[in-house]
Amino acid sequence: MSVPVLSLQNVIKDYASEAGTFRALHGVSMDVQRGELMSIMGPSGSGKSTLMNVIGCLDSASDGVYRFEGQDTATLGETALAKLRNKGIGFIFQQFNLLPRLTALGNVALPLVYAGFDRKARETRAQELLTSVGLGDKPRSRPSQLSGGQQQRVAVARALANDPDLLLADEPTGALDTKTGAEVLGLFKTLNRERGVTVVLVTHDPEVARATDRVVRIQDGLVFYDGPPTEDALYGHAPEGIA
Amino acid sequence: MISAMLAEAWGALIANRLRSALTMLGMIIGVAAVILMLAIGGGVQKQVADSIAGLGSNMLIVTAGSGRQGGFMGGAGTGATLRLDDADKIARLEHVVAVAPTANIPAQVVAGPANWATTVTGAPPAWFTVQDWRPADGRTFSDMEERAAARVALIGQTVADNLFGANDPMGQSVRIKGTSFTVIGIMSKRGQGFGGMDRDDLIVVPLTTALRQLQGNFFRRSIRSVSVAVDSAENLDSTEEAITQTLRRAHKLDRNAADDFSVTNLTAVTDTLSTTTAAISALLAAIGSISLVVGGIGIMNIMLVSVTERTREIGIRMAIGAPRSAIRLQFLLEALMLSLLGCSIGVGLGTLGATAASGAIGFDTSVTLFAVVVAFAVSASIGIFFGWYPATRAAKLSPIEALRS
Repeated sequence: MSVPVLSLQNVIKDYASEAGTFRALHGVSMDVQRGELMSIMGPSGSGKSTLMNVIGCLDSASDGVYRFEGQDTATLGETALAKLRNKGIGFIFQQFNLLPRLTALGNVALPLVYAGFDRKARETRAQELLTSVGLGDKPRSRPSQLSGGQQQRVAVARALANDPDLLLADEPTGALDTKTGAEVLGLFKTLNRERGVTVVLVTHDPEVARATDRVVRIQDGLVFYDGPPTEDALYGHAPEGIA
Repeated sequence: MISAMLAEAWGALIANRLRSALTMLGMIIGVAAVILMLAIGGGVQKQVADSIAGLGSNMLIVTAGSGRQGGFMGGAGTGATLRLDDADKIARLEHVVAVAPTANIPAQVVAGPANWATTVTGAPPAWFTVQDWRPADGRTFSDMEERAAARVALIGQTVADNLFGANDPMGQSVRIKGTSFTVIGIMSKRGQGFGGMDRDDLIVVPLTTALRQLQGNFFRRSIRSVSVAVDSAENLDSTEEAITQTLRRAHKLDRNAADDFSVTNLTAVTDTLSTTTAAISALLAAIGSISLVVGGIGIMNIMLVSVTERTREIGIRMAIGAPRSAIRLQFLLEALMLSLLGCSIGVGLGTLGATAASGAIGFDTSVTLFAVVVAFAVSASIGIFFGWYPATRAAKLSPIEALRS
């Protein structure tokens, strides 16, 4: 088997607060293979956001090992982590997080700026990406001129800019109505099936998780379930044998 | 990457046009003030330098003391205390290159139908050397003409304009106190002297002619002043002392008696003037510098506000892979752009102001390349200095905290 895209071994995350140390992750272990389409589920306060920040290299683990493409992230410096976020990971947020001042094209081209591409290469690539998410006719539109679904498509195009190893989406349909949510979800599926993009969705919505091949359920900072999207897994019932 | 960031910085400034403009105001005023002050200061200094050149260099002027009639003291030069042989004595002193005794006689001058009140200067041929002043047209008079008390005259530009208008004065005759003189030359233009006096408003005739034809009996051998050219600037003070001693002896003055003449060191006068103008320029430049610093603080303030407002933007940029150095560079470029844009506008306004000032004060002001380069260098430094802290603050944000805001 090839090297997993990400591999967590007994990852612990502590936060210091005034009330003392708070442990958000109690030792999470999981691997994600190339080409997987999976979801991480859990109620609020379960530690899934913390897990996402660690996976996205926005935060570092307090203990345990997190390898991205076989590379121990604890050994990487600030600049190397920035580079990893730029080229290795594509982020998609619930609130789209597009820069309002920039056009759709400018937003998609932004990761390419930090990757050091020249203007012409950036614009060509960004236009291709917009076309691939069905927005090839709106490169000059600002986010305020686009619908929620369109904005999220721009965000997906931006996340794909540097051909990342991992697409990491945080509640990508949370701010969308059911129909556009399903369309965006369909886009992830297409990207996964046709282009082999590895997708990790962080969600609390069972309908979103149902569309993925694998569900990891987090509860109280631990992996509570890791397997196919069964009804029990999706709705948080205790799996067989543990009840 | 830099060009993309410059474009983004520009976009950020444009997005907040009014705020950017108000922020730049401090820089604009500061730079405009500094540019204007340097231009005016330069103009004043040039004016002073021209005046010095116009007076001749390394020169001492010995002026007759006040005339005493009973208890009344006249003004300097009204007495008959300085005589022609005093000039001869000064000429024999060490370090003295040339002496030019002059008699100044106010007179109404007539040429045809026109007449003009001016000052007739009686001077020897050496006067032109001592004054370092040549005719623009025609010639000076010779030693022979001086000895023969020839009735020849050189006229200043102002006199030429008023007596002859558009006509050529050369070879024409002018009447001074009933005596007819032939115009043999026109002096080159000298412009204003200290205090705004018109140095082109004069007629120069041979000293002997002036003393014999134009001066009354009582003053026949007396002169108003002696211009003394000294060989070098270092010898000015010692020569001044030597002249004083020589004249006191010649005039048989008691040890306690005051001098009945005065010696003026022009270099000292102009030095004082230069120092004064330099001090004024420095003061004005200091005021301009203070507004520059205040402008810089304004930039820092607005950049801090901007960083706070755009915390989320910073978080997004970090999430999609902006290294901290790029975040810092972005905000630094914005601060730099604000200060340099302010500087450009300030240079423009300062130049306009200098041009307007030239018209108002009546002498040339010049905005030098040096001043502009300094203005830009200082503005760039201010932009970087005051932009550094906000930019560093932006770069140090935690991506998670920033995204959550």
